[in-house]
Amino acid sequence: MALQSKVAEVFAEEWPVLVATLARDLGDLGLAEESAQDAFIEAAARWGPESTPDKPGAWLLTTARRKAIDTIRRQQRFTDRLPALLELANVPPPEPHRLVDDQLALVFGCCHQSLNTEAQIALTLRQVCGLSTAQIAQAFLVSEATMAKRLVRAKDKIRKAKVPLSVPEPEQLGDRLTAVLGVVYLIFTAGHTAPDGPGLVRGDLCDEAMWLADVVAELLGRREAAEPPVIDVTDDATQRADHADSARSALIDGRAETLGLRALMLFTDARRAGRLDERGELVLLEDQDRSQWDRAMIDQGHDVLGDALALNRIGPYQLQAAIAGAHSSAATWADTDWRSIVWMYGRLARLNPSPVVLLNRAVAISMAQGPEAGLGAIDEILARGHLGDYRYAHAARADLLRRLDRTDDARAAYERALALGGNEAEQQFLRRRIADLS
Amino acid sequence: MRYLLLLYSAETAGPAPGTPEHAAEMQQWFAYSSEMAEAGVMQAAEPLHGIDTATTVCVRDERTLTTDGPFAETKEVLGGFYLIDVEDLDAATAWAAKAPSAAYGSVEVRPILEIDVPG
Repeated sequence: MALQSKVAEVFAEEWPVLVATLARDLGDLGLAEESAQDAFIEAAARWGPESTPDKPGAWLLTTARRKAIDTIRRQQRFTDRLPALLELANVPPPEPHRLVDDQLALVFGCCHQSLNTEAQIALTLRQVCGLSTAQIAQAFLVSEATMAKRLVRAKDKIRKAKVPLSVPEPEQLGDRLTAVLGVVYLIFTAGHTAPDGPGLVRGDLCDEAMWLADVVAELLGRREAAEPPVIDVTDDATQRADHADSARSALIDGRAETLGLRALMLFTDARRAGRLDERGELVLLEDQDRSQWDRAMIDQGHDVLGDALALNRIGPYQLQAAIAGAHSSAATWADTDWRSIVWMYGRLARLNPSPVVLLNRAVAISMAQGPEAGLGAIDEILARGHLGDYRYAHAARADLLRRLDRTDDARAAYERALALGGNEAEQQFLRRRIADLS
Repeated sequence: MRYLLLLYSAETAGPAPGTPEHAAEMQQWFAYSSEMAEAGVMQAAEPLHGIDTATTVCVRDERTLTTDGPFAETKEVLGGFYLIDVEDLDAATAWAAKAPSAAYGSVEVRPILEIDVPG
């Protein structure tokens, strides 16, 4: 769809709002998307330099609603609801607080756990970010037909199984938002880790993911501000006060973690230029040329992380962001604030007990307190029966043994890591380390 | 919106009949069913005899073929169902999660395809 400049300009802002409003109006995500698309096509045909409407959003909504009614008439779907839908053409655009809910509802609906992860990612990129099916297919290296099928199946399931398009209750908000943030982070990781593909540069997925986190944080903030004040007039006032409190609290928790994720992505993306060498191979953080990092983006990361931490609701994304931030601000690997990083990994391990987090903590300990202490921490993880088959654990252990001049033990550990596989570059790296030992 | 909750579990999973644990689970099923009835969401619910009592029928070339069992090598078998009428999929999965057998088996949640009979 070739968009004229004015239309392209309003697209980013108006697309998610339009789809969200239509999804509630029509109760059908697929029809909402089609009508939104039709409205933009009409805008591209009609809007000129002299003839752009004053309120593009309202124009698009009115046009999309008419298109939806036409489609329903033509296809004779929902004929029983047609009279009600006809009224839509005269309904004014929703109030701002309603819009916030509609947009959040759309995000939560696209990331509903009754859909598989691939479908959640595709739906979010299509419905919320407004990428075309072809663009999403290119980004995930599948054919357009495959991606179209995936999207159709997901939209069908939402309609047939009545997957709710609504903002979850406070009790579920935390888990549901974790799912949303997981989708956002997967979109980012897909853009960050894979080589650039043709057409849509996969790096664009990073931008989409950061934009999504920004929008979700903003919406959660506005929703929080709109929580109705508690008026003490009825018998169940206490109950309602509790409900409003827990809703507000869940929204603040969610916003803190959403901002944390946004900061984490900013720090990670800022290092994009230093990640690969001339041959396109991965460079360890330790060896990266830090002058290539994007300082402005790192500063932005610290600002966003500051906003998150100011909410005083620590969570796993904020901790990961804080760790990434500490790396981003350090002049060198050795100069890094390792003591803080040890503390943050410890805190992260308590929230999310994972042996890999503990391994990272052990490496940080080795930098803060020396290789002996780090080795002790790794051996403790292995003694508990974790990570025995994880090659990075043995490689990290081997490095520490090497630093302690325990050459034979180091060789044995490198060989163990080597035996556990890995790609060619990693294998070569380990062989070089073994050769350097003697 | 109506959903069918299909209760699947391995035939050997769950407490064995005659044990105090089995009696306790029966109490849980009664409580579960009463809660549904009180909430006004239950339209039908039945437990099924074991799969060793099943008979499979199919018609091919106008001949009816009747066989014992399915005895398929499936690990989990259908043990019963609930037909419920609730607001949306979230409400249906919440009820599914409360089924006593969800702790050792699984519950498949299927939306009912409502067909308008003209007339």
